[in-house]
Amino acid sequence: MDERWLLARRKDNLKTRARMIQAIRQFFISRDYLEVETPIRVPTQAPEAHIDPLTSEGWFLHTSPELCMKRLLAAGYPRIFQIARCFRAEERGALHISEFTLLEWYRSQIDYKAMMEECEDLLLYLAEVLCHENVITYQGKEIVLERPWERISVRDAFERYSPITMEEALEQDRFDEIMVSHIEPRLGRKRPTFLYDYPASLAALSRLKKGDPTLAERFELYMGGLELANAFSELTDCDEQKARFAREQEHRRKMGKPPYPEPERFLAALPHMPEASGIALGVDRLAMLFTDSKTIDDVVTFTPEML
Amino acid sequence: MYSASDLRKNLKIQIEGDPYVITDFQFVKPGKGQSLYRCKLKNMVTGSQFERTFRSVDSFEPANLQEKNMQYLYKEGNQYCFMDNETYEQVYLTENQVGEASNFLIDNIEAEILFFGSDALGVTLPNFVDLTATQADPWVKGDTAAGNSKPITVETGYTLNVPSFIEEGEKIRIDTRTGEYVTRVKE
Repeated sequence: MDERWLLARRKDNLKTRARMIQAIRQFFISRDYLEVETPIRVPTQAPEAHIDPLTSEGWFLHTSPELCMKRLLAAGYPRIFQIARCFRAEERGALHISEFTLLEWYRSQIDYKAMMEECEDLLLYLAEVLCHENVITYQGKEIVLERPWERISVRDAFERYSPITMEEALEQDRFDEIMVSHIEPRLGRKRPTFLYDYPASLAALSRLKKGDPTLAERFELYMGGLELANAFSELTDCDEQKARFAREQEHRRKMGKPPYPEPERFLAALPHMPEASGIALGVDRLAMLFTDSKTIDDVVTFTPEML
Repeated sequence: MYSASDLRKNLKIQIEGDPYVITDFQFVKPGKGQSLYRCKLKNMVTGSQFERTFRSVDSFEPANLQEKNMQYLYKEGNQYCFMDNETYEQVYLTENQVGEASNFLIDNIEAEILFFGSDALGVTLPNFVDLTATQADPWVKGDTAAGNSKPITVETGYTLNVPSFIEEGEKIRIDTRTGEYVTRVKE
């Protein structure tokens, strides 16, 4: 490929991406969040069934800074954010790249519903700075950011868009398949959508819903059919967390994947962690939205294939 | 055997004895969920199409096809004629069988013809072909920004975006797998 031409074509996108990241920093600094940098190379990470790490001299490149950030939370850092390069093995497609950028932020004394509102605040602020209005045009369709945003539970989304119910999908091991083929393409079309209250079995680090322990207080944010962010009311119960990790490790064993070393220091810190909500937002995908890009390749300097 | 991570557009796999070509491919992974590989598949014998989502544990047999190097001669009506340069045997492919490769077929180009038993089913082009720009707006002096693009038409009638410095009559290299411009060819 004519590399100079390819890179030069991306210049406007990369400028928008840079302005977006500066605006993200301003937003959190103005709200009294502390920016932190936790190590990228770590001895273990949260065991999750479907997230696979790259290894580095016997340790791992982190798939997310979640565990280190929660240890800070437990040590008395009530509002923290990080813009981190993360790594996940064998993820490559129009919306995936194995080295990508996550924005994570954690805030004590709030739950996932309040976190939805902070998400709205952030996106409205970024749209104001980058587009000077409350409307983003993505792939020919307008997404209006004006409140209220759509909030729909996972169960209701299955009722509305899927041929089978959420419970049936779980039983038949078709939850993910229905999600990508029937549900995700319908989300965040005219305005952003929060998809919330996931089945308890699909949330390794999330608190269970008060009043309904079959569900977890987890949400995902969708805009223009793109999955942008995942958030929880954080689980602070150490025994429950151990049991969840054991379940995820068992999943991994069944799929022939290596288990992780137990994250003992994280588990030891957990009893000191306050009630909190945390979220991971895909910075590359957010840049796709603000630059109207069809693939993640258009918002990074170099793809792995170009190196 | 192929694994799910080998799946990509134009890969040919065998399902229940029939050869299929992947005509569209998407890697998807819903939040915290498993990797899924959404494919549109075309039966290379009957032409019938369907969609299927595969998982990372799935594996696939390569399609049982024989390849023969042949030369493209001409198009007659709806038929593309290819010839074996050693035996002078000729085979015909329909427009449907040639598919997107028709964008890059110029007379005398050598390509791999795919056979299932004795039936010719399709064609695989070299990864890169050099084609001449037959229609291109002139390069505006002063338009020196390295990232600027313009659409041009090449000798097969195919149109694509290229850097704005490409002029009519120049030869360019195209990646036949993506249909995209690669570089200018200096002769």
